[in-house]
Amino acid sequence: MIPTPNLDHLSPGDYELVYEPAEDTFLLLDALEKDAEFLRNEIKPCICLEIGSGTGCVSTFLGKILGDGTALLICTDINPYASAITNKTGYHNSIQLDSITTNLVNGLLPRLYHSIDILCFNPPYVVTTSDDLYLSKSIIEKAWAGGIDGREIIDKMLPLVDKLLSDKGVFYLLLINENKPNEVCEIMKNNYHLQSEVLLSRLAGREKQLILKFWRNTR
Amino acid sequence: MRLVTHNMLQCHVKGCNSNNFPLQLSDVEIEIQETDFNPKFLRNMLSKLEWNALVKTALEINITTLPNVLPNDLDEEFLKMLHRVLLETHIKQGQMICPNCNHTYPIKDGIPNMLLSETET
Repeated sequence: MIPTPNLDHLSPGDYELVYEPAEDTFLLLDALEKDAEFLRNEIKPCICLEIGSGTGCVSTFLGKILGDGTALLICTDINPYASAITNKTGYHNSIQLDSITTNLVNGLLPRLYHSIDILCFNPPYVVTTSDDLYLSKSIIEKAWAGGIDGREIIDKMLPLVDKLLSDKGVFYLLLINENKPNEVCEIMKNNYHLQSEVLLSRLAGREKQLILKFWRNTR
Repeated sequence: MRLVTHNMLQCHVKGCNSNNFPLQLSDVEIEIQETDFNPKFLRNMLSKLEWNALVKTALEINITTLPNVLPNDLDEEFLKMLHRVLLETHIKQGQMICPNCNHTYPIKDGIPNMLLSETET
């Protein structure tokens, strides 16, 4: 069993600036742990990328699974505080993380075309209005507000997944039922020939959360 | 920001599609942070690197140890030198300037900021 990353270095004030790990985060950790042997022995990643790393909890956990220094762990976040906290969390757990402040993966393509072996995204998935998404001034709201069907940011990311994933690459995506996960799988299959499965699902209060896993046909 | 990460970044200003890599380092503050040597990871990483860009960037910060052409024989001495340049050299502060459009991306507290204003995207 791999322990949850230690976040003792963060204060309540930090959680006013960055999304605090919650059930969704822990479901993604459990999914990665479930796939730990597969990631270590079959994927043997060189470059991993997490979009929207927040506290850095997920990439730190991935680093613990893989072993520090065995892969490059790039973390992006649109929130500069999150980028700083991500690096700190890695440091406090002896995992080297490489934070970049950017929107999704801006500045990394086409350079990293078909180069990412493990891609993780816990997106802003909560169903809101488009205005909540685009007019919000709150840095925390940006971390969870997903617009119509909670899909507005997710749908921006889907075409980029195909550009980023290496031949052996896998993509882990957290969704809730309201995001219409079946539809997401159809889009990925029809547009990009990416296969998928539900790796894990759980009820968190009234929210049905799932981890979808995607990979290329060629694998 | 480590040099390995810098090697992955390119300008993404709208319409800036050529000669936009590598971003030129300017006014940088450098710190060496030691980390465990892992030759297997370095060998894997070499196939993902843009070598010429790495050599060029290293020279900008007065690191002259990298050969212009990647040697065929990747012995331990070479890999240890590469480890130091790629994984232990951190840019703490400074700027990255696009060689094509001159857009400047700041590096603050070791983190590159690739965000653009709405008019630039």
